[in-house]
Amino acid sequence: MPAPTNANGTYLRLASGPVLPPPLFSSGGIAWMRANLFSSFLSSAITLALVAFGLWTAPPLIAWATTQAVWSAPDGALCRAHQDGACWAFVAQKLEYLGYGSYPAAERWRVDVVEIVGAGLIAWMLWPRAPRRGLGAALFFLGFPVLAFVLLHGAESLRLPLVDTLLWGGVFVSLLTALVGIVFSLPIGVLLALGRRSNLPIVRAASVVFIEFVRGVPFITVLYMANNMLPLFLPPGWVPDRFIPPLVGTALFAAAYMAEEVRGGLQTLDKGQYEGAMALGLGYWRMTGLVVLPQALTRVIPGVVNNFIGLFKDTTLVAIVGMTDFLAAMDNAFKDTVWSGPTILATGYVFAGLFYFVFCYGMSRYSAAMERRLAVGRTG
Amino acid sequence: MAAGEGNAIEFIDVHKWYGSFHVLRAVNLTVARGERIVVCGPSGSGKSTLIRCVNRLEEHQRGTIRVDGVELTADVGRIDEVRREVGMVFQQFNLFPHLTILENCTLAPIWVRKTPKREAEELAMKLLTRVKIPEQALKYPGQLSGGQQQRVAIARALCMNPKIMLFDEPTSALDPEMVKEVLDAMTELAQDGMTMIVVTHEMGFARKVADRVAFMDQGEIVEINAPAEFFASPQHERTKLFLSQILR
Repeated sequence: MPAPTNANGTYLRLASGPVLPPPLFSSGGIAWMRANLFSSFLSSAITLALVAFGLWTAPPLIAWATTQAVWSAPDGALCRAHQDGACWAFVAQKLEYLGYGSYPAAERWRVDVVEIVGAGLIAWMLWPRAPRRGLGAALFFLGFPVLAFVLLHGAESLRLPLVDTLLWGGVFVSLLTALVGIVFSLPIGVLLALGRRSNLPIVRAASVVFIEFVRGVPFITVLYMANNMLPLFLPPGWVPDRFIPPLVGTALFAAAYMAEEVRGGLQTLDKGQYEGAMALGLGYWRMTGLVVLPQALTRVIPGVVNNFIGLFKDTTLVAIVGMTDFLAAMDNAFKDTVWSGPTILATGYVFAGLFYFVFCYGMSRYSAAMERRLAVGRTG
Repeated sequence: MAAGEGNAIEFIDVHKWYGSFHVLRAVNLTVARGERIVVCGPSGSGKSTLIRCVNRLEEHQRGTIRVDGVELTADVGRIDEVRREVGMVFQQFNLFPHLTILENCTLAPIWVRKTPKREAEELAMKLLTRVKIPEQALKYPGQLSGGQQQRVAIARALCMNPKIMLFDEPTSALDPEMVKEVLDAMTELAQDGMTMIVVTHEMGFARKVADRVAFMDQGEIVEINAPAEFFASPQHERTKLFLSQILR
């Protein structure tokens, strides 16, 4: 029905129409499946093919990991006899070594304390509804490093025997490397990004040279360089612990990538934001800290977390300069002839993969939640 | 800083170039304390550049600019000193989208003036009430209409308790039905005796509020006069042409 328009083309609405709810196009699961899975012949064929592929591959994998697997055994003999299942007994047997490396058994409680306190503080700091998060952050950034150093390295005065870093290994080395990399790479990256956009030519040039140089060489090269060159920058006679150079190398390498990520965020900011802040009399650092970075960093959360995830996995490369990270500990465990067998390598690597996946997926989910949280009410 | 005496703003033979483009040419302008000046002119005539020189969002390259007795030079300390005393309202509002309305208003008082948080919030609520949007204090800028955002921007600038207010085309980005609410807030501010320079095409506002109207064209101040004379009997040919184009 056309609108009742007068013969001369004028129109006047006399009564308002009712406000109606939207029409229901779909109801229930069947309608959803029809719309999304079986909307056409091709779509139905793809759906059925993928379901068939899943049914063909998943059950054997699950059986390999569960019903066919060897869950406990004193040595590799049982695993060698059951080659169609995983050898979880190997992982169970080596779990201590995978967690602590060669850290003396009597002192391993110290590693546990550091891990538990660290996890607690991180949860406190990152959980949005936790009370006094600032205090949590302060404890994590200021108190925790001291605690971790004293406990892991030892202090004679506290009757904690020194444990040479040569003996450190396994999960806690991986976590420590990743944590140091993450904690240092973001602030250094932010400073480099600001430096690259600075009006001061020398600051800008130094930032560009650092970023381009570090980004332009492989991570392994950076690690070798850190190992061999770091002592050159230190006072003579001051030899850094063998553990330090890889940590420095990891942090600096990640910082260069972080800088470019942050710079991308800085460039999305409208010029008006800077002018609004300057007109209020905010100086450079207050403008940067209160107006620019909160917005720029929020926009690059996906990229920053992407870098964190990459960094976490890259910690496996520190094995090249002699650190026994989790994956290196796994490789060492394979050398045990008591546990040699065809299923053992596969089991070990699947377990290692799961370990990395759990942490990386956790970071991914946390960042997705933060993005949703920060997006609330702040559009436009 | 000279207190209470002398002029609010002095431009003495001010020149500015963008590259080789001469955007401000021999500008002389004195603004007395408490005076309201409206600057109009065609786009590209240098009006925005002129007022952005007052708080040094733009640098001039020749001549002298004094704001509240302080001469603007490359000295960062002096620039910050001037910016604390000069509020600015922009065409695009430039509110901080990651902060609530209240936080937008208290940010500079807390961090620049070192006002205690509670005191800054009380002042902010008072000024938000004055621009008639206290109920929006806990929302974010993106949740407000353009007219509301611009009124917040005015309140935010006033929270620094400035001696001078600059308005750079404050209504140009607004939907027509929101222009009045912003002009009303500005009129009220003028009635309280604030020194104001307003770049605008709202000639009704100029007639009602301005002490003097300045017309700029091609980087020069062409004519300055009291609004009655300015609109009734413009002297310069370029002024006449401009007024004939906008007052149809």
